Amino acid sequence: MLELFSKLTRKRTSKDVAKERLKLVLIHDRANVSPQFLEMVKGEIIKVIQNYMEIDEEALDIQLTKTTSEEGEGQVPALIANIPIKNVKNVGK
Amino acid sequence: MGEVIVITSGKGGVGKTTTTANLGTGLALSGKKVVLIDADIGLRNLDLVMGLENRIVYDLVNVVEGVCRIKQALIKDKRYEGLYLLPAAQTRDKNAVTPNQMVKLCDDLREEFDYILVDCPAGIEQGFKNAIAGADRAIVVTTPEVSAVRDADRVIGILEANEIKKPMLLINRVRPEMVKKGDMMSIDDIIDILAIDLIGVVPDDENIIISTNRGEPAVAEGKSLAGQAYRNITRRLMGEEVPLINLSDHDGFLTKMKKLLGFKSA
Repeated sequence: MLELFSKLTRKRTSKDVAKERLKLVLIHDRANVSPQFLEMVKGEIIKVIQNYMEIDEEALDIQLTKTTSEEGEGQVPALIANIPIKNVKNVGK
Repeated sequence: MGEVIVITSGKGGVGKTTTTANLGTGLALSGKKVVLIDADIGLRNLDLVMGLENRIVYDLVNVVEGVCRIKQALIKDKRYEGLYLLPAAQTRDKNAVTPNQMVKLCDDLREEFDYILVDCPAGIEQGFKNAIAGADRAIVVTTPEVSAVRDADRVIGILEANEIKKPMLLINRVRPEMVKKGDMMSIDDIIDILAIDLIGVVPDDENIIISTNRGEPAVAEGKSLAGQAYRNITRRLMGEEVPLINLSDHDGFLTKMKKLLGFKSA
């Protein structure tokens, strides 16, 4: 009964909070690159993409993280970029 | 040829030394020839946890500096056949040994022992680098706390960068009743975050404090749950497949009574 009650009224337990905070902090720890480096990468990517589409520079998010490799064995670094597109230009169509 | 296993963690106070003492004793009880190296120069403690503090003559630094031969510095544990300790120097600093000297020492010991366990200092500086220099495998000790898990992640990264592939995770001081309530990260949570193989789980057990007080590793004593966990980990180290102990079977008195009376445990 108690169990059912706690499941129905399930709020975030402290371990959920711990896990979430850890995951976020580890993304940054694992990246192990300077903010300047990321800014440089970001700048270049914007330059290239802007030739083809209009993007929301403010909302652009770019992170270096790790992901499980598709071959299965172990972790590989990955660059994850979230680039909101406002409009696709007519170049090259 | 013996195998060199470093026991490390990043964060201090999570149980590296206790783990080294228990696994070493466990391996010796299984008939293996084992040497424990205390690589925590300046903060030597493995001797105390093992109850061998009164028998130190020479130490690790004396050996690498050629002041004495390895044989002279090894302390034979008279209680357990085949178990030896190479103590750390207490009055020197971490730079007294170089990674190359450590590799040479481990290689020399390999000739004579089945297992060489290296108790690593906390941190990721020179002392840590020395300790891992000669290692084939690594056990990363953590506890279910954010700080310990974060540091473990860092150490795993450095180990892999140093060609110590596939480090094994040991989760120490788990409290099943807190995990059940959602107030402690579970084994699955931690593996999910760190993404490495698990070698074992040790429950939080006051018997560890008692056995450390006495200088007698819990693994040698029948009734403690932590001792049982360490015996299992020892067998896994030797390549056996041993299932994890079901920690929630060892509930407190109240839960046991509830179960007896037919209440579902919460």
